[in-house]
Amino acid sequence: MILEALSNAFGPSGCEDQVCQIVIDAIKDHVDEYRIDHLGNVIAFRKGTANPGFKVMVAAHMDEVGFMITHADESGMLHFVKVGGIDDRTLPAKVVRIGAKRMPGVLVSKPVHLTLRNERNKVIPSDQLVIDVGATSRAEAEKLFTKGEYAVFDTAFEEWGELVKGKAFDDRVGCAVLVELVARGPYPFDFYPVFTTMEEVGLRGARVAGYSVMPDAAFVLEGTICDDGPKDKDLSPTTEVGKGPAISVMDRSVIADRRLVRLALETAEAEGIPYQFKQPGKGGTDAGAIHLAQTGVPTVPISVPSRYIHSPVSVLGKSDFDNTVRLMVSTLQRLTPDVVAERD
Amino acid sequence: MKETIRKLVETFGPSGYEHQVSALIKQEIADLADEVRTDTLGNLIALKKGDGTGKKIMLSAHMDEIGVIVSYVDEKGFLRINPIGGVRTLYEVMGRVLFEDGTVGVIGVEKLDKPDQIPPMDKLYVDVGATSRQDCPVKLGDVGCFWQPMVEVGDYLTAKAMDDRIGCAVLVQAMRDLESTPHDVYFVFSTQEEVGLRGAMTSAYGIKPDLGVAVDVTLSGDTPEPVVKMATALGKGPAIKVKDGGMLATPWVKDWMVKTAEANDIPYQLEVLVGGTTDARAIQTTQAGIPTGCLSIPCRYVHSPSETVGYQDVLNGVRLMVAMLSGPVEM
Repeated sequence: MILEALSNAFGPSGCEDQVCQIVIDAIKDHVDEYRIDHLGNVIAFRKGTANPGFKVMVAAHMDEVGFMITHADESGMLHFVKVGGIDDRTLPAKVVRIGAKRMPGVLVSKPVHLTLRNERNKVIPSDQLVIDVGATSRAEAEKLFTKGEYAVFDTAFEEWGELVKGKAFDDRVGCAVLVELVARGPYPFDFYPVFTTMEEVGLRGARVAGYSVMPDAAFVLEGTICDDGPKDKDLSPTTEVGKGPAISVMDRSVIADRRLVRLALETAEAEGIPYQFKQPGKGGTDAGAIHLAQTGVPTVPISVPSRYIHSPVSVLGKSDFDNTVRLMVSTLQRLTPDVVAERD
Repeated sequence: MKETIRKLVETFGPSGYEHQVSALIKQEIADLADEVRTDTLGNLIALKKGDGTGKKIMLSAHMDEIGVIVSYVDEKGFLRINPIGGVRTLYEVMGRVLFEDGTVGVIGVEKLDKPDQIPPMDKLYVDVGATSRQDCPVKLGDVGCFWQPMVEVGDYLTAKAMDDRIGCAVLVQAMRDLESTPHDVYFVFSTQEEVGLRGAMTSAYGIKPDLGVAVDVTLSGDTPEPVVKMATALGKGPAIKVKDGGMLATPWVKDWMVKTAEANDIPYQLEVLVGGTTDARAIQTTQAGIPTGCLSIPCRYVHSPSETVGYQDVLNGVRLMVAMLSGPVEM
């Protein structure tokens, strides 16, 4: 499963090179050409079997949330800033890997024996946390890292029966789905698979990739918020594991193109593929940047529900992965220029 | 003009779902434009051609209004909602929501932790008279707007969606009143302003005008203890924007608007708005940058179901717009 290699790869925003290499190795025999643009986006192209000039972009982002080391203090502890949105509650006592050498370190945490009762109810802000790499002085620590090096959570991919667990499923699962889509091409249009950079810090790669490709329609593949655990009243989960790909109608970044939403729904119904709606209004994706490229692009996000994203560990269902691939392949095979020719 | 305004404000059209407003405007301007088209994001773009001696001018008023999207239907048929645009729960509780198919619901609120608290969005629900999830006429992902019919209050007009159907009405009326212009004027009825000026971004990119002017509402500082201290007041004329939270109006465009108002004896006020912004920001920063200004209609109770404007300000806004378009522009 390519998701394993992608999940284990080191790739915080702005440092996606390792993910980029895995992606290129996986797609290069199935595309006519590919290039890496100035922001590090991988932009590939496969000529279509029909409708020449009708351009469809499918995007997934390669970057994950992580940390950047800012300096060492006198006691040899490393200070850092967060790269992307990480919940401070998830940080203490987690192991990270730092820089090119993948040096291990641990985010410090006071043992429960020593914490005062009121401390246990408080979240420690990330700017008060440091990383312990075993150094005992600033000089010793500075031999181990360079300022500006990145760190990511140290979480190994594992199969858990029907589920898989790993880090960075947001959005390595999107990358894995997109690699599958490339392998199952060609499609009846000019296909632009795009693996973007720096999504977690503001959709930056997608902004320039959308501008340069300027497609006639776009899909964004994501590993999205999933909160299907117990709730104290009858309220909606954002998405649920096992119920199929999640189709977005609206999130903070985009109001999805209704024609593409309809195409995905009709395809799912016709092919008997399970699907769910992502709860409207939550989260944002590369679609927010792509749909505003130049004179505008009809765009819809489609996601694999992934529990615990933006934390050291994420969990998703294999069947959701397979059904997302099925839904996307079938939807793309039905996508013709007249679907987006006129607004209704 | 009041009938046009009434039709516009009473039409359903939250961000991304402006098609009913677009269809209405298309009808109203059918004989007034040389070309009409709808772009990828749903912007309605009408071109009125000049005599070839003028500039390419883009005017923009947004068709969308704030609203809600259904995030969940519970077992008893009550809806949970998420906001579209800058919704303030204080202004909406016990009001009504209108859905695209005509269904109307009441916005209820759960028991609050403290009786004087402003309810958070997740304490609100919508009651459409359903008794179960199965018989509920509204589904997850359906979109609604807040509902009130327009009423006349003294010299004022009060309705939902004055922000920014009143701008749409000013542009429609300007198209009617404009006898001749040297300029190629693109009247853009834009989409998705309330969620981030999205329609104006892509339409401005496509038109690439020489000059842009947005028409939108602004706040009014003339009520008891107003939310924002501001010099604007209802009845003192349309406001010419100097600055808002997202844009500094291009100085010469602002000056040109002021001179035009003075030359034609049209009352006006200057506007410095602390927060918020308009389509003008998106036009100004598209491509390599466009000189841009904004004509504002002062409005009380913005982003509530009772947005209130002065009718004379609207009429004078139309006069100012027509005067601006009727003569040459020195750039």
